[in-house]
Amino acid sequence: MNIGQVITKISLKLILTVGAVTIAIISVYSYLSIQAQRNELLSQAEVYANKLSETIRNSTHLSMLQNRSDQTHRIINAIAQEPGLQEIRIFNKEGRIMFSSKPEFIGQMVDKISESCYACHTENEPLEKLPMEERMRIYQAPKDSSRILGIINPIYNESSCWEAECHIHPKDQKVLGVLDVKVSLRDVDAQISSSESRSIVFAIIAIALLSLIIGIFVRKWVAQPVNELVTATEQVGSGNLNYVIKDLGLDELGLLAKSFNNMTQKLAEARMQLFQSDKMASLGRLAAGVAHEINNPLTAVLTYSSFLLKRIEDNPQLKEDLNVIVRETKRSREIVKSLLDFARQSVPKKSKADINEIIDSALSVVENQLSLKQIKLEKNLDQNLPQIKIDSNQMQQVFINLIVNASDAMNEKDGKISISSKIVNLSAYGTLQIKSAVCSKRHSLIDEELKIDGIPTIKLKVTSNGDEGYINVDPIYGKNRDIYRLTIKNTANVQVSCAKCNISVIEKDTFCPKCKSAIYSFEVPPQGMFEKCISPKCDWQRWASVDEVGFRDFIEVKVTDTGCGISKENIPKIFEPFYSTKGQKGTGLGLAVIWGIIDNHDGTINVESEINKGTTFTILLPVNSIL
Amino acid sequence: MLNGENILVIDDEQIILDAVSRIATAEGLDVDVDNSAKSALKKLSRKEYSLILCDILMPEMDGFMFLEKMQLQKITNPVIMITGFSTVENAVKSLYKGAIDFIPKPFTFEELRSSIHRGLQYYRLQKRIEEVKSKNNSVSIPYVPCPPKYHRLGHLSWMNVEAEGIVKLGATNLFLETIMDLNKIELMNVDDLVIQGDSCADFITEDDLVHHFLSPVGGRIIERNEKLLTDIKLLQKDPYFSGWIYQIIPANIEYDMKHLIPCASDRM
Repeated sequence: MNIGQVITKISLKLILTVGAVTIAIISVYSYLSIQAQRNELLSQAEVYANKLSETIRNSTHLSMLQNRSDQTHRIINAIAQEPGLQEIRIFNKEGRIMFSSKPEFIGQMVDKISESCYACHTENEPLEKLPMEERMRIYQAPKDSSRILGIINPIYNESSCWEAECHIHPKDQKVLGVLDVKVSLRDVDAQISSSESRSIVFAIIAIALLSLIIGIFVRKWVAQPVNELVTATEQVGSGNLNYVIKDLGLDELGLLAKSFNNMTQKLAEARMQLFQSDKMASLGRLAAGVAHEINNPLTAVLTYSSFLLKRIEDNPQLKEDLNVIVRETKRSREIVKSLLDFARQSVPKKSKADINEIIDSALSVVENQLSLKQIKLEKNLDQNLPQIKIDSNQMQQVFINLIVNASDAMNEKDGKISISSKIVNLSAYGTLQIKSAVCSKRHSLIDEELKIDGIPTIKLKVTSNGDEGYINVDPIYGKNRDIYRLTIKNTANVQVSCAKCNISVIEKDTFCPKCKSAIYSFEVPPQGMFEKCISPKCDWQRWASVDEVGFRDFIEVKVTDTGCGISKENIPKIFEPFYSTKGQKGTGLGLAVIWGIIDNHDGTINVESEINKGTTFTILLPVNSIL
Repeated sequence: MLNGENILVIDDEQIILDAVSRIATAEGLDVDVDNSAKSALKKLSRKEYSLILCDILMPEMDGFMFLEKMQLQKITNPVIMITGFSTVENAVKSLYKGAIDFIPKPFTFEELRSSIHRGLQYYRLQKRIEEVKSKNNSVSIPYVPCPPKYHRLGHLSWMNVEAEGIVKLGATNLFLETIMDLNKIELMNVDDLVIQGDSCADFITEDDLVHHFLSPVGGRIIERNEKLLTDIKLLQKDPYFSGWIYQIIPANIEYDMKHLIPCASDRM
């Protein structure tokens, strides 16, 4: 992703969020304040109209009683001169306009559903009393003119009215007519709209200013440090581990920058370490290769020169020159030899050690590599393991190799490696390996060529019904993965012998307690005799001296990954030297070396794997060596 | 000299075949060469050789496979392994698999010559044993096998665990029998480190051949048999007891033992 995009996104998000909140708050505030102002102005107008209406009623009261309509007209017309007053009119109960400031309307009838009447006449039966607030109405007629506030003031019948000389109003009439005053709201509306626009302008300025300030500070405190961090990450990602972020202050991003610098420094150190060990391994391979290639030409030089030296007796000068050649070739030989010594694996130097500590120190070497590949590490170590006699350096190499292999097996992110240790109590049956086997003439029966799970088998010659062939016995006591290289027709009558001296290994007069087939036996020095039934279908076997020991304690270490897995056909090959799936990256020696180290510790290593699910390596190391 | 005896040299490098032939011919031997172990095996089924020199790392069939095939075909001719990949493991494995000697490349004329001499002497001894066997005269075996509780590295050297953590080692009677006219022995010093399958002493004969003695185990020398330096005959008289060479503290006896042959297997 582009750096600019990231930053724009973070700042923009912050600015937009804060801006939206500001807009909402200011809008609500402005709306409420405009509303309050509008109500205040309107109520002022109402009070004014109401007072005016009362004034008119009171001033016309006398002229009404005296039935002097011309005087009433004059009063109304005089008051109507007041600016803002739209119209003053009085109509009787039937709706006929009796007086009006606009003389053209006098005598016309007012529609009962018109604005002046609906307050009382919404019901069929007209109301006689009307509360103050319902006497007012605001309307706009026609549509494009300014708003009008109308206030009606009913004129009630009083004793003075029916007692007046004119006798127009009978006593039983309650309402005599209605005084209707219309006041224009043009000025009020103008005030309202000017205050509205003031509020809106203020809100817009406030929002703009706030956004600007937020923008500036987000840029200074967030965008620039993040920009710097992103640049640093990209630099480190592309391999520049020397990139250092400049001081970003004491806030969280500053702390992040500090720990980032710390991390790159640690990474650089770890890379140096890995690079160093990788260099040593490559040098070892190179040495082995050089040794083999250079030794042939060196042989020619050394043999011919030393041969010549022997044959020259009478030429001291030539003899001396040849001596130089021989001496220097021998020196080259020593150099090559020391290179080979360096490349060679050393023999284990065992001492009591805690396997968990070794696992931890192995993990500390590869930890950075794992976190770089975003591989999760799950550790489940039993803290109560006994110390066992092992070569700590070699064992650490085993765990490092296994973990690095596991991490190499995981291409996509979110891989997981779990490593666990615990103590298990196992019968020798099914776990103990037959490491040496001899016939009664003490010839070794071990077959280094044909292996089961990478372990050499025991080879015996079998003659059955005239057919001659071999069987390779499973070297793990209790397992029955024997390889029969011929079919045995009669299991009771069969010849089994040492492949070297043909001495029979069949036990005379004893037969398998399970299937009555013949039994063969050989010595496993120094662990006594091993016996097994010849029938491929029968699993009977006995290793008396080992059975006596019974169950033994082992430390079990499992390394599990969620990587690509190993196919079934490849599992037997993985512990072979020079077998590698890593192509140019690997030497194919890693697992072979691991196997050798575990074997030298009298332990076993097993692998279970499922394609695309993962692989588990299980190492078993005996707490006490057997016998 | 060694007239009339014939050797077979197997190596995939022509220059090695040339060099070995040149020296062996000068010694008066008939030399046959082959650049593949596979075709060499065919030659062996037709013709008998007094001695075979064979490289280890070869394409198609390597030296170890060659040794096994020979055993299967019951060809008992002595084999000396020569290799450019001269690790201790290769040396020890060669001797374990039946080779009588191991020469790491590059070797000098003298080293090759002394090894060939020993190989041919081994062949002669072998012939004598066969003769004795065919006459059914089991009394006079021409050499003394090592005591049953000992272990040996090929036919060269023996070792025995004397006490907890101390190992005695020496040369087998067969090795000494293949060295004719032993004159002098040169030993390493106390506190020196010896490596299994690596030379740890030089046996020098009257005719100035230097025979390297390969150690059966690795470790640190704590004592050497000083008597041998004054009385070389002691070696031949009693090679398994008073004729011991070094006492050492082994570095990893369990590991080294894997490539040793129990002497008990020689007796039955």
